[in-house]
Amino acid sequence: MKKAIRIIWLALVLMFIYIPILILAVYSFTDASMVGGGISGFSFENYINLFKNEELRNMIFGTLILAVVCAAIATVLATFGAIGTFYAKKLPKTLINTANQVPVVNADIVTGFSICIFLIVILRADKDTFIPLGAGHVVLAAPFVYLSILPKLKQMDNSLYEAALDLGASPAQALFKVVIPQLIPGILSGFMLAVTLSLDDYFITTYTKPSTFDTISTYVVNATKGSQTEIKTALWALSTLIFLIVIIIVVVMNVVSSKKGGKTNEKV
Amino acid sequence: MKKFRFNRSQLCIPYAIFLIFFVIAPLIVIVYYAFTNGQGQFTFNNFTGFFTNPNILGTLLYSFALAIVTTLVCLIIAYPTAYILARSNFKKKYVLLLLFILPMWINFTLRITALKEILSVLEGNISEYPFLNSVIGMTFDFLPFMILPLYTSLLKLDKNLLEAASDLGANRFTVFLRVTLPLSVPGIISGITMVLLPSMTNYVVLDMLYNSTYIMGSLIGSYFSAYDWNNGSMISLILLIIIFIVTLATNRFSDKDANNRGAVL
Repeated sequence: MKKAIRIIWLALVLMFIYIPILILAVYSFTDASMVGGGISGFSFENYINLFKNEELRNMIFGTLILAVVCAAIATVLATFGAIGTFYAKKLPKTLINTANQVPVVNADIVTGFSICIFLIVILRADKDTFIPLGAGHVVLAAPFVYLSILPKLKQMDNSLYEAALDLGASPAQALFKVVIPQLIPGILSGFMLAVTLSLDDYFITTYTKPSTFDTISTYVVNATKGSQTEIKTALWALSTLIFLIVIIIVVVMNVVSSKKGGKTNEKV
Repeated sequence: MKKFRFNRSQLCIPYAIFLIFFVIAPLIVIVYYAFTNGQGQFTFNNFTGFFTNPNILGTLLYSFALAIVTTLVCLIIAYPTAYILARSNFKKKYVLLLLFILPMWINFTLRITALKEILSVLEGNISEYPFLNSVIGMTFDFLPFMILPLYTSLLKLDKNLLEAASDLGANRFTVFLRVTLPLSVPGIISGITMVLLPSMTNYVVLDMLYNSTYIMGSLIGSYFSAYDWNNGSMISLILLIIIFIVTLATNRFSDKDANNRGAVL
């Protein structure tokens, strides 16, 4: 009896989370123009439009490129930053750790607004150069990469680096051949996190983006106010596609990590 | 030729410069703009203007109310969920958890679009119940961020403590109230911070659901579109102070590994 209640509770929460996404997914394969409206037949029209419409295509690939490039920059900066700070003296260490915490706890909207004022209003940076937008996304992501590398640095055996130096390696060799390989899991999860943060961002993008450029978030917000049915239903297809891709990535990551050994599953 | 040699700690210099330039400097600029007027003269007008304008104060109260209700609803839904998941005998609990937090990785604007379609079918005109729909929308958006830290802290719970409590004569309710609940406080606090602040500022959810915005974040948005940097900065500064206070208040309770923003992959 008790068990039944638990299962019902979990099922209800899952329904709340998934029913909107699933209903939209079903409708994305039809020719209906609104949810709840009549369906006269199945069609892939929405999916075809998603890639035929130049505006939509540019928006999707623009978002992806922005996310990957910014995540890469953030990862490089934060990796070296984390290594350096870990071995720095107490004062710079405290200062950098504190500064790193600021974008993490801060509301995205304040981060975005402050970067916009500093770069665009004061330094007169041109939005069209993508520099404010890129900087904003790196600020959003780098502190989280930094935080995901830190635990790996703590676990690392310190004497390995010293041993490499004693055996004649230059600091650069010791860094790239000994230290960084041990940090790879942290760096990778940091990079993935950076990509997802950038893909999901609305606020920083909206304050720093060039007026002709849109990411998925800013595009969707504008599109929901518009009345173009074709765009609206194509976005249902986009939502479904992203849902499927996320499921595939999660399943693949799990299969890979459970093959590596069951223990890794525990580190949520 | 002497080879270039460096000290390991010098590697942090680029990151330090980056933080100074893109994190610290913008904050200083915000403070400067908050206390000057359009001509660059020092003034308290933005500050007093904030606390004397009934519209702005109303917005502040409304965002507090909305954020607190949303956080409570998330907590009420997420706590039993995380509890059941963490205590289940299911072999692959982790997979089950993933089901609940997977939406975290789907773009939130697309998820809100989906929710909006469903709500419109259910309610007809969704702008008739703005507060209710805001709470539903934000709960829908932020629930995974509440489930994850709760699950993590409940999973870490030492089962021996629970057995000891029941051996010593506590019934199941007492065990929960006196052992489980106090020990999951770090998870609760961390979940609250993950939901409270975004639900005070994420005006896009409201904007998308019924084209209307009455929370703190939207004020920044409206000043931004009006090129009013000074008042926008003042609101940002006040938000920053609120965030600072919340962070200070929660810091001593929180988990050290508070990196919950989708860091599961």
